Amino acid sequence: MTDKALSHLNVIELCTLVSGPYCTKLLADFGAEVIKIEPPGIGDCARRRGPFLHDIPAHELSGLFLHLNTNKLSITLDVTTETGKGILKELIKQADIFIEDNPPRVMEKQGLTYNDLERLNPRLVMTSITPFGQTGPYRDYKAYELNSHHAGGEGYLLPIHSDDPDREPVKPGGIVGDCACGLSAAMATLTAVYFMVETGIGQHIDVSKQDVLMSLVQHHVCTFTNLGEVHHRLGKGFLMVLPMECQDGYIIITVVTDREWRSLVECMGNPSWALDEKFLSWANRHWYSDEINPRVQAWVRQFKKEELFHKLQAKGVAAVPVNTAEDLAQSAQLKERGFFADIDHALAGTLRYPTVAYQFSRTPWTAMRPAPLLGQHNELVYCGRLGFSKDQLTKLRETGVI
Amino acid sequence: MNRTALQGIRVADFSWLWAGSYATGLLALMGAEVIKIESMTAVDQTRVMSFTIGKAFEGVESSYVFNAINLNKLSVKLNLKKPQAIDLAKRIVQVSDIVAENMRPGTMERLGLGYNVLRAVKPDIIMLSSSAFGGKGPQRAYGGYAPSFACASGLANLTGYRDRTPNPMTGSTDLMAAITGAFSLIMALNYKQKTGLGQYIDLSSVESQAILAGDAIMDYLMNGRVQYRDGNRDRIMAPHNCYRCRGDDKWVSIAISAPEEWNSFCEILGNPLWTRDGKFADAYERWKHQEELDKLVTAWTINYTHYEVTDMLQKAGVAAMPSLSNEEIVNDPHFKHRGVTTTVEHPVMGKVVVFGVPWQFSKTPAKITKAAPVMGESNDYVFRELLGLPSDEISRLVDEEVIH
Repeated sequence: MTDKALSHLNVIELCTLVSGPYCTKLLADFGAEVIKIEPPGIGDCARRRGPFLHDIPAHELSGLFLHLNTNKLSITLDVTTETGKGILKELIKQADIFIEDNPPRVMEKQGLTYNDLERLNPRLVMTSITPFGQTGPYRDYKAYELNSHHAGGEGYLLPIHSDDPDREPVKPGGIVGDCACGLSAAMATLTAVYFMVETGIGQHIDVSKQDVLMSLVQHHVCTFTNLGEVHHRLGKGFLMVLPMECQDGYIIITVVTDREWRSLVECMGNPSWALDEKFLSWANRHWYSDEINPRVQAWVRQFKKEELFHKLQAKGVAAVPVNTAEDLAQSAQLKERGFFADIDHALAGTLRYPTVAYQFSRTPWTAMRPAPLLGQHNELVYCGRLGFSKDQLTKLRETGVI
Repeated sequence: MNRTALQGIRVADFSWLWAGSYATGLLALMGAEVIKIESMTAVDQTRVMSFTIGKAFEGVESSYVFNAINLNKLSVKLNLKKPQAIDLAKRIVQVSDIVAENMRPGTMERLGLGYNVLRAVKPDIIMLSSSAFGGKGPQRAYGGYAPSFACASGLANLTGYRDRTPNPMTGSTDLMAAITGAFSLIMALNYKQKTGLGQYIDLSSVESQAILAGDAIMDYLMNGRVQYRDGNRDRIMAPHNCYRCRGDDKWVSIAISAPEEWNSFCEILGNPLWTRDGKFADAYERWKHQEELDKLVTAWTINYTHYEVTDMLQKAGVAAMPSLSNEEIVNDPHFKHRGVTTTVEHPVMGKVVVFGVPWQFSKTPAKITKAAPVMGESNDYVFRELLGLPSDEISRLVDEEVIH
């Protein structure tokens, strides 16, 4: 058995959907014991969000949930009941980390703020992941991923190089923003854990999704603060910013250095237009991008995307195809690196999952268990950890606490 | 408390560009001592230009972009083309906990600074190698920049208008790769704290983006379905879009999920007749008729500013936020309250406004203590104080273009 980087850590998760669960998944994937607390009967909202296996909308068959909750335990608990709250506090007393994503006001009303919990467990690292953070005029505002992206500043800039000022700004695709917030929160959490193990001192981390997403466009923010320039999504004067059409899809060719430019020109067979000396500096290539872009596009169109990818990369040009999920699943590179793994699940069967972007030499990623069934680990946690009898467990279930 | 979380951790930083520099930059914000190892013979491109922002900078000390992602760091000059510089680099590693680099796979080995060499120098070293496609596999030697990561990872295919080309996003993909790198380093640091053992981390920037679209990948792996970009659309929510407001290029994002949210929304609009149309009777009907719905919503939002719409809807418990420009962010009252920008004094540029830290630690706040380093500004501290080199030898190494 390989060693687990985080096997010494116990984590309690009180989160739904994407950001919080992705944060704890990152820890669970490297051996932390994550106990996910779900509302009795219905569970995490992600169980009711697709994609579903074979398009069957059952709460154990959501691909979103299965992906975001690998390697975790699940218990059901109604934390709005007094008994439920008491049980949660017992669990937190024994935990190293508590991750939650509830509206600040709700946690205050429930008596579950860091100030409340610190008294029970001074070593606790508690991370709150909310749309706007714990302070400030918007702290009680509601936001879905769409709103966070637009409040964070990247939405306004997308699609970059748009040609139509009358069309709306758009968010980055999928659940990217929520996952990025979970990742940032996981990094901050482990940093505080490192400090806690050194000193015995726990603390609270306030993660605002808006702040995290703004940090990803900080260069645009700083361009305004330092130069007063307002950026928008309408494009002009940039060199090969958008993917170009191939026979069977798209490829993007990013040329930054003079060497990359010369290599590209050579690959194109040194056409006379491209040898013009005015193209020999980066600044000029941007300036003359209206002359360059269509000509390169015309050349690109005769190739298939994989063919051109390898042809240009072999000469040191950063050409990369626009991949679909299907392309990723079939990528020889991802396969060789072990980016995908098969995990067996009691109801979903054996499915292939994406894993992690980092290969650790000593503590590699492994699948220890699939995403949990709703309340699958009630007995293990309530009887095994907290010492409830089977009889008490039944009573808790009958009264709707678990 | 006047401590930082990573106090006492030292990083030998061979990284550059956004994806490399910001990873160690994050550790520096949390208190690690990060020594950037650089040279005039191989200048970090972000010191001279930013192709994402479209800026070229004068010299190597006037880039506010370089400054933003290298805050708190120290810098030494080492010309790694010289064998003596390699020896000095190893001596820096010997007194460090972490090594980070993002050169093309194989470059560090060629320089004589590969993991196996460095492990011999410092047995418990943690080393991060971050590259476009990762350090092994048939595409390990391939290169890429932020737009390449967005495209190869599948994110570009999911971003943009349905009827337009895939969109490679802003340079944010580079910074997401960097956060992933920082996370992996801190995880390794926690393991080392427990066991005393270091290790090697091979990070693929492309994969660091791909994993953020796990739901789309699962859809293909489970159902053979390939998802494509579709603007702001959601798989079940409607309204779920940006709506034009009063003013020049002003938009508000509105997302409605629960029935209560829809009811509140209708009430704010004054319950116009169309809201009772069977086409919008429930979530499924609204989703099916969202194009028509979007037009009706816009006919309302266009009468107000994006902040007015936000204010009205948020008071009623509906998720709405303006689509904020870089200018508007800076002037937003919440942003000001959170205090995420700060001003640093740079020895060459003078006062520079930088983005601070996106998380608030209650006891070990991440802090900006100084601007990004001027190249070589820590030569004396590192070579004389840390490594104990006599001053005359340092002068000799400068003359011989080793410290260069």
